[in-house]
Amino acid sequence: MSKELKIKLDKRSKFLRSNITRALLSANRGHFGSSMSLVEILRVLYDDIIFFDHKNPKNEKRDRVILSKGHGCLALYSILADKNFFNVKEFDNFLKLESILGGHPENEKVPGVEASTGALGHGLPIAVGMALSLKLKKSNSKVYVILGDGELNEGSNWEAMMSAKKHKLNNLKIIIDYNKIQSYDFVKNVVDLEPLNKKFNSFGFDVSEVNGHSISELKKNFLKFKKQKINKSSITICHTIKGKGFEVAENNPNWHHRNSFTEDEKKMIYKSIL
Amino acid sequence: MRKKCLDTIYELAKKNKKIIFIGSDLGPNVLDSFKKKFPNRFFMEGVSEQSIIGIAAGMAMEGNIPFVNTISTFLTRRCYEQIVIDLCLHNLPVKLVGNGGGLVYAPLGPTHQAIEDLSIMRVIPNMSIVAPCDEVEMEMLVRDSVKLKSPLYIRIARGGEEIISSKKENFKIGKGILKKKPGKILFISTGVMTQRTLKAAKEIEEKKSLKCGVLHVATIKPLDKKILSFWIPKVEKIITVEENILAGGFGSSILEFTSENLPNHVNKISRMGLPDRFVDKYGSQDELCEDNGLTVKNIYNLAKKTLGI
Repeated sequence: MSKELKIKLDKRSKFLRSNITRALLSANRGHFGSSMSLVEILRVLYDDIIFFDHKNPKNEKRDRVILSKGHGCLALYSILADKNFFNVKEFDNFLKLESILGGHPENEKVPGVEASTGALGHGLPIAVGMALSLKLKKSNSKVYVILGDGELNEGSNWEAMMSAKKHKLNNLKIIIDYNKIQSYDFVKNVVDLEPLNKKFNSFGFDVSEVNGHSISELKKNFLKFKKQKINKSSITICHTIKGKGFEVAENNPNWHHRNSFTEDEKKMIYKSIL
Repeated sequence: MRKKCLDTIYELAKKNKKIIFIGSDLGPNVLDSFKKKFPNRFFMEGVSEQSIIGIAAGMAMEGNIPFVNTISTFLTRRCYEQIVIDLCLHNLPVKLVGNGGGLVYAPLGPTHQAIEDLSIMRVIPNMSIVAPCDEVEMEMLVRDSVKLKSPLYIRIARGGEEIISSKKENFKIGKGILKKKPGKILFISTGVMTQRTLKAAKEIEEKKSLKCGVLHVATIKPLDKKILSFWIPKVEKIITVEENILAGGFGSSILEFTSENLPNHVNKISRMGLPDRFVDKYGSQDELCEDNGLTVKNIYNLAKKTLGI
């Protein structure tokens, strides 16, 4: 893993963030920092790794992606719109009464969303059930599940990890968006997760760590998972920056979720995505 | 009843490859035959109810029909949010098979006594609930459950209950069965309370020469509106009987139904069930039923009082 997390965002990463800010500014609220930290993770998955079919989102051959940290949904909406699952104009309706785009993703409403999430600690058990079923079907599809760091407080994750280990689910990739901040404060001040790598290792996983904003590191890591033949699940700890791409928001616990934006903040947001 | 339920799941699994069994940490050798015959579809995932419900949801999303089995209290209380979100919000065909509904685990104390499972399952949108009265009905309802496309909670009683069902009856999820035709009074009961209710009804007939009906409603949700709408207006008094706390339970659902659909008939309904407190004794299921007033004698007495005879 490269030590320097402060990667300069390229045009595509800025574009994907512009979808997110379009929605955030339209609704004048939303989970800001939580979405910005995982843009590159999703970008690499959808650009380079997974098979999907926007014309038939339930295509049996698709790889499954579950965003367990549902509050980061804007990043998922952004890449799904970019891949033509729905029209980008939907971002202007974010959080409106009849919108398909809510504050947490729902599978019945948003094409391409596998599971409705929002309550934490649900995605991984569901992913384990899917991975088991895909093995029963002798399918080559893989399951990718993205968890937040604060979400790891939930015991259900650790229960599901024990099942994943038991069943040697090598078609399951757990991705941790380790942005180091949860709702209240820095993760280390709420309930410290460290030593996280060792914990996952002791649970029997193939563990790796990457810079979660480095396209090349993410790509290399996920491609390795796709190709390798081992008999265990793998976990990638993605070191990320909460609010990545927006100076005021970066590493700032006050930007986990915003109920409104001041005029100055709006200007800053526009400037940052240029 | 539990054995019949699990054996039926195994029988169904022989014909339907989508059927999967998931247990938590059940007793030794449970469904060994299933495990031997279909090792890929038999799971014992340990004491991890939250994760198990999520796993079952993931399996159902991939087209499977999972039956999840453990003790009722753990299956309903411990993983409530998983049931609400993973199963019911996604409206998946997962069957929750709860051992020891009601006071079955009497000597094990309040952690194991499922006194409110009917109430808390009933309030979740998309959830269906069945509480069969004997193993004949259990088998028929489990068979019928395979085609249900939404979540189902199956409440299992102790076992060894007197058989009052015959395979000729029309067992379908959502259908009530009139066990005895009413006169002035109709009992509406669910689960194994139907046996006691039938005894009380017969006693009233013998001692008071008064015709007394029993409507057995194994499906607590969705209610059989047709049979309720037909019989409720025809009788003078109704008593609901359940082995569940009265708050939000089966009798409450009958009251709600009547209040919404037959408002002029609400006052004729009385309810019998467990009081609003934790059970603070051990003993046997029968002893606890007696301690909480769920006896043939009490059903008989309430009917007498209600009728003023």
